[in-house]
Amino acid sequence: MKEIRVGLGTCGISAGGEAVYKELEKEIKTKKLDVKLKETGCMGMCYEEVLVEVLDAGHSFLYSKMTADKVVRVVDEHLAAGKPVEEWLAAPAVEADSSPANDFMSGQQRIVLRNCGIIDPASIDEYIAHDGYKAIRQTISSRTPEEIIELFIKSGLRGRGGGGFPTGLKWKFARQAKGDKKYIICNADEGDPGAFMDRSILEGDPHAVLEGMMIGAYAIGAGEAYIYVRAEYPLAVKRLETAIKQCEDKGFLGKNIFASAINFKIKIKEGAGAFVCGEETALIASIEGKRGVPRIRPPFPANKGLWGKPTNINNVETFANIPWIVLNGAEAYAAYGTEKSKGTKVFALAGKIARSGLAEVPMGISINDIVFRIGGGIKDDRRFKAVQMGGPSGGCIPAHMGDLKIDYDEITRTGAIMGSGGLIVLDDSTCMVDLARFFLDFTQNESCGKCTFCRIGSKRMLEILERITLGEGKEGDIELLQDLGQKIKESSLCGLGQTAPNPVLTTIKYFREEYEAHIKEKRCPAHSCAALLTYRVVAEKCTGCTLCARKCPVDAISGEKKTLHVIDEEACIKCGLCFDACRFDAVEKI
Amino acid sequence: MAENNVATYQKEIKGFKIDLINKRAQEGALIPLLQSAQDSYGYIPEKAIHYISEVVGIPSAEIYGVITFYSQFRLKPLGKHVVRICEGTACHVNGAKKVRQVLQNELDISVGETSEDGLFTLQSVACLGCCSLAPVFMINEETYGNLTPKKTKEIVKKYIATARN
Repeated sequence: MKEIRVGLGTCGISAGGEAVYKELEKEIKTKKLDVKLKETGCMGMCYEEVLVEVLDAGHSFLYSKMTADKVVRVVDEHLAAGKPVEEWLAAPAVEADSSPANDFMSGQQRIVLRNCGIIDPASIDEYIAHDGYKAIRQTISSRTPEEIIELFIKSGLRGRGGGGFPTGLKWKFARQAKGDKKYIICNADEGDPGAFMDRSILEGDPHAVLEGMMIGAYAIGAGEAYIYVRAEYPLAVKRLETAIKQCEDKGFLGKNIFASAINFKIKIKEGAGAFVCGEETALIASIEGKRGVPRIRPPFPANKGLWGKPTNINNVETFANIPWIVLNGAEAYAAYGTEKSKGTKVFALAGKIARSGLAEVPMGISINDIVFRIGGGIKDDRRFKAVQMGGPSGGCIPAHMGDLKIDYDEITRTGAIMGSGGLIVLDDSTCMVDLARFFLDFTQNESCGKCTFCRIGSKRMLEILERITLGEGKEGDIELLQDLGQKIKESSLCGLGQTAPNPVLTTIKYFREEYEAHIKEKRCPAHSCAALLTYRVVAEKCTGCTLCARKCPVDAISGEKKTLHVIDEEACIKCGLCFDACRFDAVEKI
Repeated sequence: MAENNVATYQKEIKGFKIDLINKRAQEGALIPLLQSAQDSYGYIPEKAIHYISEVVGIPSAEIYGVITFYSQFRLKPLGKHVVRICEGTACHVNGAKKVRQVLQNELDISVGETSEDGLFTLQSVACLGCCSLAPVFMINEETYGNLTPKKTKEIVKKYIATARN
């Protein structure tokens, strides 16, 4: 029987996936076809959404950019008559359940995303059929907690939330901590704008995260767990709720799980929108119902965490790795990656890149490999300028360092951080000063206000950056930013403040000349900062079509039909509408 | 005294669809309680704060502190249609600023405001999570991606025309 999979993660739904699914359902029903239609999570090729995969006679056919209108033809020609619609395929047909034969997928190594886009996330049976809950059964029946901890120390797995702390070691501390009750928490408060791997995992393979949590709980001896998930991810919350309910019904969660003497339950806590709650102690405060403000460590959560009890917190991606490592062994995992960063990492590619989406690659891959081989290079053939890694806590790595091998320590050395794996590609139209201002605006807003330097220092830095982008920068501003940045890093309690200046400090480090152009020459080299721009009509190109004059919201453009138009610089508000409207490239930015 | 107050509040704010007394026993119930209050009313009315305060035994001022700390909570009602403009990094570098300008012009409100007729609220959010469609905005539950100023204008004008007729 043929099987059809429709990718319905948030990205697939946003691109119109539900309409495609409904149309398929209708067509299959009216034409009485013997076809299994199923919903899956995102397979990561977001740039080709909506994706519909047809499994037919052991082969996989992947249709990209599907719309409801295209459904009828696929149903009639492929499903009913057995002839694939070749021109709509995203890649040549391959054997079922092998990755599509295109550059985006073939460079990847899928451990975390092993089931995403393949199984129906709402079906526990499909997860079980793909080796699901085998690792926890093995763990409970044949390994001691100490053996499991040893296995993870050997695997070299490091926390995927950004910190990069060795997972096995973290578990060891929580195991050794004294306490009658221990907790394990899954941090699903993915807050970095531009990172969406955790959401995709929760939407596409929720059971893998639950199984990882069960194994972690067994290792440290926790009987209760929380998943702290962003309320902005309603679909992920729904899929988790379904998965937990299914586990309870099967006896995988609750009392005497898997017919052992172990009791274990998992609860979901929805976050209420505070970036700082990604920090462990702030997250714990938030679960306790308080303002999510971090506290001084020690004591570390491993000793005194939720409700004062020993607590271990890992991130979604970390947990999703765990069942695979138990089944395949520490050596198999450590075979991927570099000396100090083992395994794979999921990156969220976005920005000015041709193919955006989720890519899971072995650690140690170069930036150029990700951007060009997997991501297909820069959109609209523009020039590659930099990648921004690690979101608001990270930094910009310039294009000339594209050969850099990605691992925790190499990235940290550049001044950026690995973070949760957001990788925003920038081209020559991005102003680095404005980008630094953008991130600081975010962190300044999200600072909880506890530490003075983070609260007030980030505000002052933002004001300086705003001034520079408005053309009011002063001599000494760069040094002032560096000084403030250093002090904020040194005198903040938590990761937010300690890393908030990174986007500013790295852009000064690698793109100092852009800051200087803004300050000294009152010029924005990327032609992005509105206050430093002048729009002008190019005489040779203007055909006098009057379009720009009609678009101008402030009537700053004058000119008769079929004669040269002129922009009144005094009246111009630099909205750029004329630039966007002109069909002859006759409006230029200088 | 406290029990009486609870009864009064219960009478005054109808439609609070949660079993508060049950929740009382659970530690850390404050945020879920506020979330369900907001689900019931679309925002958190002052009376609900006092009510929750009586039930969980946390002072209203402290609850107010929690509400204002988290960006999810609102102390004012929302417009009938909620327009959310994504200002995540991918959207920012792909021209979200222009999309925001068009939305502000067409709706005649700034980010964070509700139109006088109560029809539209314009919000900015950190990331909607569909970065490959950047720039993006949402109207109610509908997502629109790959926007240009022109496309944005057409979409929002359609909503305005339908809503105001």
